[in-house]
Amino acid sequence: MKIIVCAKQVPDTNEVKIDPVKGTLIRDGVPSILNPDDANALEAALALKDRYPDTTISVVSMGPPQANYMLRECLAMGADEAYLLSSRAFGGADTCATSTTIAAGIRKIADYDIIFAGRQAIDGDTAQVGPQTAQRLGLPSVTYVQNIRELKQGSVIVERQLEDGYEVVEVQTPCVLTAVKELNTPRYMSVENIEEAYTKAITTWNEVDVNLKPEDCGLKASPTQILRSFAPAPKGKGKLLAGSIAEVSAQLVAELSELHVI
Amino acid sequence: MIFSEKHDLIRKLARDFAEKELTKEILDEIEETHEYPRELLAKMGKAGFFGVKTPKKYGGQGSDYISYAIILEELGRVSAVTDIWVSAPNSLGGGPLMLAGTEAQLEKYLRPVATGEGIMAFGLTEPEAGSDAGGTRSTAVKDGDYYVLNGRKTFITTAPVADWAIIYARTDMTKVGTSRGISAFIVDMKLPGVSCGKAENKMGIIGCPTSDIILEDVRVHKDDLLGEENRGFQNAMKTLDIGRIGVAAMSIGVAQGALDEAIKYSKERKQFGQRIADFQAIGFMIADMATKLQAAKELVYRAAQLKDANSSEAGVAASMAKLYATEICNEIAGKAVQIHGGYGFIKEYKVERIYRDCRVFTIFEGTSQVQQLVISNALLKK
Repeated sequence: MKIIVCAKQVPDTNEVKIDPVKGTLIRDGVPSILNPDDANALEAALALKDRYPDTTISVVSMGPPQANYMLRECLAMGADEAYLLSSRAFGGADTCATSTTIAAGIRKIADYDIIFAGRQAIDGDTAQVGPQTAQRLGLPSVTYVQNIRELKQGSVIVERQLEDGYEVVEVQTPCVLTAVKELNTPRYMSVENIEEAYTKAITTWNEVDVNLKPEDCGLKASPTQILRSFAPAPKGKGKLLAGSIAEVSAQLVAELSELHVI
Repeated sequence: MIFSEKHDLIRKLARDFAEKELTKEILDEIEETHEYPRELLAKMGKAGFFGVKTPKKYGGQGSDYISYAIILEELGRVSAVTDIWVSAPNSLGGGPLMLAGTEAQLEKYLRPVATGEGIMAFGLTEPEAGSDAGGTRSTAVKDGDYYVLNGRKTFITTAPVADWAIIYARTDMTKVGTSRGISAFIVDMKLPGVSCGKAENKMGIIGCPTSDIILEDVRVHKDDLLGEENRGFQNAMKTLDIGRIGVAAMSIGVAQGALDEAIKYSKERKQFGQRIADFQAIGFMIADMATKLQAAKELVYRAAQLKDANSSEAGVAASMAKLYATEICNEIAGKAVQIHGGYGFIKEYKVERIYRDCRVFTIFEGTSQVQQLVISNALLKK
């Protein structure tokens, strides 16, 4: 079996601050990490490899050369090979252009059975690249996968997370599955795998390598235009009412009426 | 030192592990029950922490001393006792085997030690042979295909839970009182005549038991003689040479933990209407602590780097690293308690445990004074 995992290097949002004037993320000096949902996607692939040892796992990412570090981490968790789609032409891509590029990379890797992606990246929170990639490859996709029930000949049965439950979906392979954090707990790297990760080559491809024209990539192929970004104003402090139930109820009704809420 | 990307990933692995697995609840429970959870040991084995430098063909990870130092540093930052569990198989347990083991011995003993499936203790110290290891009184008398061992080893880390122990005993009785005529044996702890004393009630490093090993007419097969007969002392000394990097690396980790706590607390605690961090007296203390810690780190990384390069300077460098790092670790832990004031004396605060745990660092695997002896001999007796 051949599994492809899509991964992204993102700023660690636990450490990130927002520029109060521009409303954008201040990325300087912020450590970059493997996007958490993508770690779940990789773990799903590794768990299948534990069960079916003749599986190969290829990780694919689009990003600047620094993303190699994140790909080494994926190798150190147990992936077999890694591909980095990297070129100036890919810069400024929105989800639409990103999925075009990722899909082109996956087409070149070829012969896959399952493509895993994380539900969304913590820097953009769009959750679009996974399903868009499926669309471009002409594959079915199931998003929000919280459990993989059964792998069958030519299909896979998964649980798809809903707000108040889940649905069970059987989908034909090859397909794209996007992982949520409830799917699993990503494993640690190991010292041995880290050593081995640095004996492997990471394949780097630009737009020519994956048969894309420059106008299909990056900013030029991105219909999304950001007019303004801003941090929502923090909510004010709540008000605590004190007294017996009868007293606070009366006070609450009075205050809500005063505000014309009721 | 500027680390390679590979060593950065090793640090990330150890830091993630420490932060996720070594939670306050678990560490408090270890302190209370004196038991280190088996499942935690299993997870550490899986991450490769027990055989960092052990060759892959014996179940190890095939990495280097810098990785080993980084792992001890990051785990020790959160839990000193965890470092003892990690250093034991890498250093005192695996070290003598890697130095002198035959192919069969490496396969039989080193593999389980490196993967964490078996525990090997290191039995050198005796009630009357501590720094003076040449004063070893335990004996091994040849009897056909066997050696008959008698004696008592003391302060042996992990002895009560060990599967085997490397035991140093005198085989040449004509050399009594000298460091010659001592041999090393791999002793199965289940052999008739082997017993352990009561686990010591220690000041710190609680959760990794230490006890005596008593040997009464223990028959050890000659296949379990480790290295050449009468060459055991050299094996022990070489093992300790290497082990020093480990204790030095623990020290910089534990000291970092103390410094982290001191910084955090000094920013929270208010006296005379301001954060105590804003008093120069505290600020300068923290500046000194951080500077000395950085100096110690550089000594440790250098010793590891020299060892990886197989340099002849590695032994003295390791002694310098151990001497300085263990001493300043105690100093930093003491200052961290001081900055905490009365709260530092209370068990709820992390620095109280750190202060007790690191006290043994200047003592075990060669006291500070033994390190001074090694360093001064290298300089003065050329």
